[in-house]
Amino acid sequence: MYKTDLETVEAVNNISLTVTRGRTLGLVGETGAGKTTTALSILRLLPATTGRIESGRIEFNGQDLLKLDENMMRVIRGNRIAMVFQDPMTSLNPVMTVGDQIAEAIELHNGKMPHDEVNRQVENILQMVGIMPQRRFEYPHQFSGGMKQRVVIAIALSCEPELLIADEPTTALDVTIQAQVLNMIRELRDRLGTAMLLITHDLGIVAQTCDDVAVMYAGEIIEAGTVEDVFTGDRRHPYTAGLFNSLPDLRSQAKRLKPIPGLMPDPSNLPKGCVFAPRCGNRIDICDRERPRSVQKAKHRLSCHLYQHQEAI
Amino acid sequence: MYKYVIKRLLFLIPTIFGVSFIIFLVMNITPGDPARALLGLSAPQADVDALNHELGYDLPFIQKYFTYLKNMILHQDFGKSYYTKQSVFGEVWPRYIITIRLALAGVLLSSLIGIPPGIYTAVKQYSLWDTIPSVIAFFIAAIPAFVFGLLMLFIFSLKLNWLPSFGATTIYHYIMPTLTIAIPPAAQVMRFTKSSMLEAIRQDYVRTARAKGASERAVIWKHALLNALLPVITQVGLSLGILICGAVVAEKMFSIPGIGSLIVDRILFKDEPIILAGTILISICFTIVMLAVDLTYAFIDPRIRAKYTTGGKE
Repeated sequence: MYKTDLETVEAVNNISLTVTRGRTLGLVGETGAGKTTTALSILRLLPATTGRIESGRIEFNGQDLLKLDENMMRVIRGNRIAMVFQDPMTSLNPVMTVGDQIAEAIELHNGKMPHDEVNRQVENILQMVGIMPQRRFEYPHQFSGGMKQRVVIAIALSCEPELLIADEPTTALDVTIQAQVLNMIRELRDRLGTAMLLITHDLGIVAQTCDDVAVMYAGEIIEAGTVEDVFTGDRRHPYTAGLFNSLPDLRSQAKRLKPIPGLMPDPSNLPKGCVFAPRCGNRIDICDRERPRSVQKAKHRLSCHLYQHQEAI
Repeated sequence: MYKYVIKRLLFLIPTIFGVSFIIFLVMNITPGDPARALLGLSAPQADVDALNHELGYDLPFIQKYFTYLKNMILHQDFGKSYYTKQSVFGEVWPRYIITIRLALAGVLLSSLIGIPPGIYTAVKQYSLWDTIPSVIAFFIAAIPAFVFGLLMLFIFSLKLNWLPSFGATTIYHYIMPTLTIAIPPAAQVMRFTKSSMLEAIRQDYVRTARAKGASERAVIWKHALLNALLPVITQVGLSLGILICGAVVAEKMFSIPGIGSLIVDRILFKDEPIILAGTILISICFTIVMLAVDLTYAFIDPRIRAKYTTGGKE
């Protein structure tokens, strides 16, 4: 929940996500759906003056992160939960060498580690993300975008976190580099056994990388389940269906893509019923009046009135 | 890097030619002459002409300019003052030392007063610890320097009799003038530090540092401050540049024999040699200060360092 002087904007509402060790959860949604806000809340890094978590729980290994004080939170940040940010161009400090920036994370969480050991670790981690260790004395401006993202990932992985949050790690990169970075992230996840929350708006990436998916719209999770459930299942939220329809398909000869008509609602002025109702092609009467409850079948969770009556188990 | 420094220093040569030419030109097209100023309004015209001739003032403009340049380059001779008949160098140099001392003290003090509250108010934005200092800074920035000077003279010299009111012989003599020239730029430096700090703490790399688990103090001092200081250094360098040109108001108010008041005084007497030598010295120092600012920049920011070492070709 964001709060400014003028108005309170409920950017993210009533969401529930679970990431299991060794698995990857993809969080998908349009720009402005609240994906980054969700990620920052987990680390409690929402802007202090404007952002606030009004209610809820963020449980990490059974511990509620919202109840920890700032000092205890710092021990978790970077060490047990790490984050890779969206834009590698601005995520590194321009006046520090990349080696120092990685070393900082290691030193913060391994207080007594001797200097040589830290340096060796830095070189190891650089090697792991595919950067020559000698380059640790260089500054961010001497690296290309893809290399910078590798450095950001190296920082995030330097303390072998249990949960890695990757916020659109490849959006700012071009396609060939995207594939490289994604492969690397996948490989490292498998080697370190990290749980991962991958935020993206690219369904292709989700299909390649994730085990589970959650689709976010206007601050709510409208559908969640395993990749199979969401990609190939017979029941689909109209919004998810719309997302798939707006992708180009190699097999069909369609000249134009089918975008979802309309825009996402202003989060300071959400519709009373289903948040997607104004843009939904399958709208029925109840959609404008009532928020749909979520219906679950196995691991597949849907919030849509269309399925409410059929499967009210 | 050395290449860059040498290149910048070589630029001093055309600068000196340009500055001296402009001063010569301006002195030439403004009315009045040194002999009339020296001898007074009632002196006979014949005497005035004779003295002007003796001083060498009546020579044609171009000839005067080139003779001056020749003496300066070949004999390091800047001429004699029309007014005191003393060697120009002997008169300008000791005064310039005082000006530089005052300027450095002023800039140092203004940074010391300005930068810490700038950082503090940025970190505490929107709290009372931001509002109160900021309002005070706005207020101070709006008051001209001489008001502080007069106030201090009144309180510390006249009423309390703690500090000497004129001259520049002991360190006590410098206290009030330094404060006078330091306070207005301090308010400016503070506002500058604040805005650039506010920008820095919202940068993505600061968030990255937080996400690493760095403490708030490390985030501010290690990541935000160094980046925020760059524009502040420019500001401080500029105010140093302005101050080494002589703080005429403070010099006059506290009767300090500095370069600013010297030049202003001698303009009345059309004392060309002094004015020229003074301005050339100022332009040299100004260039050096600006070079120092650029080098500090390069020291802090590796991107700029890279630009200098490759000669601007990236």
